[in-house]
Amino acid sequence: MNAANYLYLSALLFTIGAVGVVVRRNAIVVFMCVELMLNAANLSFVTFSRINGDLNGQVIAFFTMVVAACEVVVGLAIIVTIYRSRRSASVDDASLLKR
Amino acid sequence: MTFTAPALNYTLLSPMLILLGGALIGVLVEAFVSKALRPMVQLSITIGTLVLSLAQVWRIRNEESTTAAMGSVVIDGPAILLQASILIISIISVFLIADTDQFTALAAALPGSDEERHAVQTGNQVTEVYPLTLFAISGMMLFPVSSDLITLFVALEMLSLPLYLMAGLSRRRRLASQEAALKYFLLGAFSSAFFLLGMAYLYGYSGSVTFAGIRESVVGGSGNDVLLLIGIAFVSIGLLFKVGAVPFHAWSPDVYQGAPTPVTGFMAAATKVAAFGAMLRIYYTVFANAEWSWSPLLSAIAIITMLFGSLVAIAQRDVKRMLAYSSIAHAGFLLAGVIALNKAGLEASIFYLFAYGVATVGAFAVVTLVRDSGGEVTDLNRWKGLGKRSPWVAATFAGFLLAFAGIPLTSGFIGKFSIFSAAYENGAKGVVIAGVLASAVAAFFYIRVIVLMFFTDPIQDGTSIEIPSILTRTAISSSIVLTILLGIYPAPLLTMITNFSTFIR
Repeated sequence: MNAANYLYLSALLFTIGAVGVVVRRNAIVVFMCVELMLNAANLSFVTFSRINGDLNGQVIAFFTMVVAACEVVVGLAIIVTIYRSRRSASVDDASLLKR
Repeated sequence: MTFTAPALNYTLLSPMLILLGGALIGVLVEAFVSKALRPMVQLSITIGTLVLSLAQVWRIRNEESTTAAMGSVVIDGPAILLQASILIISIISVFLIADTDQFTALAAALPGSDEERHAVQTGNQVTEVYPLTLFAISGMMLFPVSSDLITLFVALEMLSLPLYLMAGLSRRRRLASQEAALKYFLLGAFSSAFFLLGMAYLYGYSGSVTFAGIRESVVGGSGNDVLLLIGIAFVSIGLLFKVGAVPFHAWSPDVYQGAPTPVTGFMAAATKVAAFGAMLRIYYTVFANAEWSWSPLLSAIAIITMLFGSLVAIAQRDVKRMLAYSSIAHAGFLLAGVIALNKAGLEASIFYLFAYGVATVGAFAVVTLVRDSGGEVTDLNRWKGLGKRSPWVAATFAGFLLAFAGIPLTSGFIGKFSIFSAAYENGAKGVVIAGVLASAVAAFFYIRVIVLMFFTDPIQDGTSIEIPSILTRTAISSSIVLTILLGIYPAPLLTMITNFSTFIR
């Protein structure tokens, strides 16, 4: 199968993620959309690794996974704290700071 | 199959390794040292680590070899200068962060809960902010020296993740502080996803993850240009977000306002040095031969950033938001140094970054002093007449504002002058004209604050300037001395920058 198709898939996933970040209101869902974008980038790395016949891209994918896991830790900590103090994880409710 | 052990060259990595070691010790201290000793121990470890790391940077400045960790890290002249700037700015910031009154006693407790009150009453102040600061600083040190895509991405996250948490640690107005952390985190993660996809396309274009390999492909022009353009665009989005350039600036006023003021000062100053350091390295070495593709767009962004930051700052009523928009304007001025793409531009940018960083930390240090019974007062209307009551502190703040405005005899003037002349040399006339106009607009709102402090009558509403603690006093006096010294007698630093500033490609 033509490897370029995976790039189209990756671009599609990335776009879905980006649109999700912009339109969704729940912080957890927004965050999941960010993760989708990171994984779409991972798919690109692995595809390019295959196209270029070079292993570095796959190594980067592993690094990205670890970094994304750290990001989950920090992100969920922040979101859970917000939820506990406000009883809501909606990004629209968090509007104390002036626009 | 045989494995060859990688040559890491620990000497060159040591400034960063020392910081990471100090941060890990800080985590252990947090767990095992009694609560009465903790703040003192943490502060000494943090300052000690930073000073040690700075000494190590100084020691390796003339090292023969420049690459470490198999070419993943390049310690060349600009790298030494940027790392030293980050460390000096961080040391000044840590003096501010040491003011535990700014930070929540227990970040995990609900705002206003019994648990929190208990922690405050028993003096059970957690001091996790110190190890977080050290982790962030080690990421900042790695970001401008990384020389392949993996290191670059890991460094970016290493500097960002602790900062997201630190933004949420304020003692007062905790909901606003948590909101700042959430906004910073979500938008930061969003932009790093773009950054990562950009990296993927650069890798797809060149088939290499090292900067040298990508540069070769750009010079040779052999690959598919579409991939290169997508890569440059998305990587630029990630970097422009970190420096807070329009249209990727939306997070900065909110985060600057919500985060604890010492953290804001640290973040505003040190992150800018790190992010612009990486940006200069990437644009000057990797993308230099594709200048035709990014220079017009980056010039447009620079012009919009300068003008937008300066104009919107006029309308601000809150001093922290005003400084946030002023930092957006300064990001625009610094982009002029990236566009210059010559040695003069590099030198000017490094000088500007250092001068601006020091003045920023100092300015936020002064903001921490203006208080009433409920904590900091950031409403500019309530700053009226402060100069009559506390002339020294107000005069210091005026000094920092004049440096931001770029008035002669302050460091800001030399920085602005050299950065605009470098951009002019490269034919970026539009950017220079916009820069000068934006500087004039910016001078207006800086001087308005000075007028407000010195030439209006004080209002009696309990706002006063607190007597600074010895640490805060050290932070403020060292930044004002550096700011004025660099304005009056910049020659030694400029000579040093000239000797050092050539990127190894």
